[in-house]
Amino acid sequence: MFRSYPPQIVLEAVLNGLLTGAVYALVALGLTLVYGVLHIINFAHGAMLTLAMFAVLVAHLGFGIDPYLAILPLTPLFFAFGYGLQRFVISPASRNDDGAILLVTLGLSIVIENLLLAIFRSDTRSLTLDYSFSVVDLGFALLSLPRVIGFGVALVVAAALWAILALTDTGKAIRAVAKEKLGASLVGIDVNHIYAVTFGLGAATLAVAACLLMPSFYVNPRVGNAFVLVAFTVVVLGGMGSIAGALVGGLVIGVVESLSGLYLGESLGQIGIFLIFILVLLFRPTGLFGAKA
Amino acid sequence: MSSGTFAAYRPILIAIAALAALPLAVPMLVSAGLFAGANTFYNLMIFILIITLAAQGWNIAGGYGGQFSFGHAAFFGTGAYAQAVLQTRYGVNAWAALPVAMALGGLVGAVIGLLAFRARLRGSYFALVTLAFAEVFRILANATPITGGAAGTLVPLRIGFGQMQFEAPAAFFYLALGFVAVVLLLNRLLERSRFGAWLVAVRENEDAARALGVDTLTVKLKAITLSAAVTAVAGALYTQKFLYVDANIAYGAWISVEALLAPIVGGIGTVFGPLIGAVALIGLGEAAKTLIHSAFGSAVPGVDLVVYGLLLIVVIAFAPRGLIGLLRAGGGR
Amino acid sequence: MLEVHSLTKRFGGLVAVSDVSLTVPEGSITGLIGPNGAGKTTLFTLVSGFQTPSAGRVLFCGEDITGRTPERLAVLGIARTFQIVQPFAGLSVLENIAVGAYLRFPHRADAMAHAGAVAERVGLTDLGRPAASLTVAGRKRLELARALATGPRLVLLDEVLAGLNPSEIRDIIPVIRAIRDAGVTILMIEHVMQAVMSLCEHVHVLANGRLIAAGTPAEVVGNPAVVEAYLGHGAAGRLQKGAAHG
Repeated sequence: MFRSYPPQIVLEAVLNGLLTGAVYALVALGLTLVYGVLHIINFAHGAMLTLAMFAVLVAHLGFGIDPYLAILPLTPLFFAFGYGLQRFVISPASRNDDGAILLVTLGLSIVIENLLLAIFRSDTRSLTLDYSFSVVDLGFALLSLPRVIGFGVALVVAAALWAILALTDTGKAIRAVAKEKLGASLVGIDVNHIYAVTFGLGAATLAVAACLLMPSFYVNPRVGNAFVLVAFTVVVLGGMGSIAGALVGGLVIGVVESLSGLYLGESLGQIGIFLIFILVLLFRPTGLFGAKA
Repeated sequence: MSSGTFAAYRPILIAIAALAALPLAVPMLVSAGLFAGANTFYNLMIFILIITLAAQGWNIAGGYGGQFSFGHAAFFGTGAYAQAVLQTRYGVNAWAALPVAMALGGLVGAVIGLLAFRARLRGSYFALVTLAFAEVFRILANATPITGGAAGTLVPLRIGFGQMQFEAPAAFFYLALGFVAVVLLLNRLLERSRFGAWLVAVRENEDAARALGVDTLTVKLKAITLSAAVTAVAGALYTQKFLYVDANIAYGAWISVEALLAPIVGGIGTVFGPLIGAVALIGLGEAAKTLIHSAFGSAVPGVDLVVYGLLLIVVIAFAPRGLIGLLRAGGGR
Repeated sequence: MLEVHSLTKRFGGLVAVSDVSLTVPEGSITGLIGPNGAGKTTLFTLVSGFQTPSAGRVLFCGEDITGRTPERLAVLGIARTFQIVQPFAGLSVLENIAVGAYLRFPHRADAMAHAGAVAERVGLTDLGRPAASLTVAGRKRLELARALATGPRLVLLDEVLAGLNPSEIRDIIPVIRAIRDAGVTILMIEHVMQAVMSLCEHVHVLANGRLIAAGTPAEVVGNPAVVEAYLGHGAAGRLQKGAAHG
């Protein structure tokens, strides 16, 4: 039942998958970081991505800011947003109970998504930029310029995030809290502050992802849902809490999606992702790279 | 039935009687301007009852058993599609299709439960895997011919008791109420049974339950099967009411969310929680829609859902035992 | 009644329980003592089926029960309590006990009646209140009651006296003795030496995962290897004192 394609088309699909995968990885980085430290799944992650994408839209249409330049104001803005959300909403509302956090983030996602729906309506919008349809010619494949840029920046952000965790004092505190919350608080680390910083970093990566996505993608109030399920898959595949895992997982999922889209068609193509997701959860819940349960 | 046993069921019987008497108040409600007409009232009430039933299903596994599913759409949708497809493609009578729809929903629940519980998924992981299963069903239903693909399935309009399609809107109201009433009674029975006690023990502490001889896997499997079957009936009723299903209705995230929001808002793991939650959510949502409509002069989409989300957060923050917990605390009990 | 043969449990490179053999005679109260980290609770988790041993066998009434799940062991008649008490917080005291009682009494009325009788045996009152509201001593009694409600022939008690004050300990000792007198065999992990001296006929001593001594409480307390094992924790003196009072 599989159609066969010339190798060049398959290669192009793989390369395009890697480009998409890098952005998936970036979206998943925030999710996995939050999981690694707070041990909760942030169900509002997708809605926050949608919010960021609308912010890019508004920055461009309202203030004429180029999406790539919007990284500069939006990243700190979203860091602050994420920090505040965890510190002043999620943490007090849930009393740090796992089940309650899950439900509060679900509630937040419903609120954010539908506020965007109320303000922007359900229309799908996209940006028209000079370079939206520019391509990079590799000789054997044509790749969309915005997606190549997205790939590069996503890798840079992943490296930066790794550097923050490995080299800075805050990063060390984050890793300490992730490992042993009680111990960290005993040596004087403000655990609630670190939780909020982690959440802020997760939101900041979403702002970058949104800026990278908008030149070549569209936005509507529900667009985050598609990404968040993919991001969950990436995180589960890469091992909850593992940054390297999220990166590799993102690239793998990008390629799987691209190839299954090629072979199964657009509508069934997504199934490949969910089947991977379910199979990994059922048979290897620590992920392909994760060591701890 | 001893007097103690009767006392346990009395509030439920009273509530059912009160709901059954509601149609008597319709002329008054309409003349008071609360509803545009009797049909508006019945449509809203039937919708509330269908959501209540879906939520009652969720409450069995999620409320009593502590297994938070984010994917009850998988069961609702299976019930809805089975009810539609059995009639349109196989010529099965609507009344005969209903138990089949229920059984198929239960089967889907049993299979998902067996896979998830054998893999020892719980908490966030269980929520995620159920969510993913619902999405797989949604994509499949959208792409396969038997469900009508993206066009969905239309059940032909043939009014008649034999078709489970009624001229009088009150008739469908009583049908839906009948199912809700049965599940209310069933839930009380469950609370007072060995299975119910073991289910709650599993929710509270699996290791302690195992030490007391509770086969936790079997208990969880029974719970998710029953839970799925009840939610599937809600799906089948949805089909009968609206005579149309497509993948985004049947397997959409909205119903997964409604099914879990109502019990949590109303009172998780209680008999009346899903009903009270569904009334509060849908009632407040409608009120917000009306309010915004009159303030802006036109309908604003999403307003009711914003209210749902806020209500969820507020309930978690200030009333973790739901509205029913507030009522009990207020009543001094 | 219970025979443990060469039981061993390894976690990676760590050997938590090493080649332990012991027997618990029917109708006895047998003690299992040893310094912290000796492997006592691990031994319990192996016998009660929460973990499978790396090697060795467990026999109950002559039947090999190695590796059986806790729920199947409960049906056979082995119950356990947890060192860290685990009440079902959302349930009342009586309902907590009923969860255990349902194992032998499938009908609600019978289970509730049995639960009430068991509550009386362990001295629990005011059974309608939420289990979460119990004091530490109350929770210990509840832990005991739930296990008893399953109708066991053997109960494994993991530090039921830990965290109790001397007068609470004095109150609960006759309860434990009465359980044995009603025909239930008891294997107990215990740190409170007065209780071990007064209750147990036979004591096994674990240190670093190995069985280092066994005998009557008086014999064991006089055993230099035992004193040695405890010394690092400053417990030798407590042992002596316990012996003097026992």
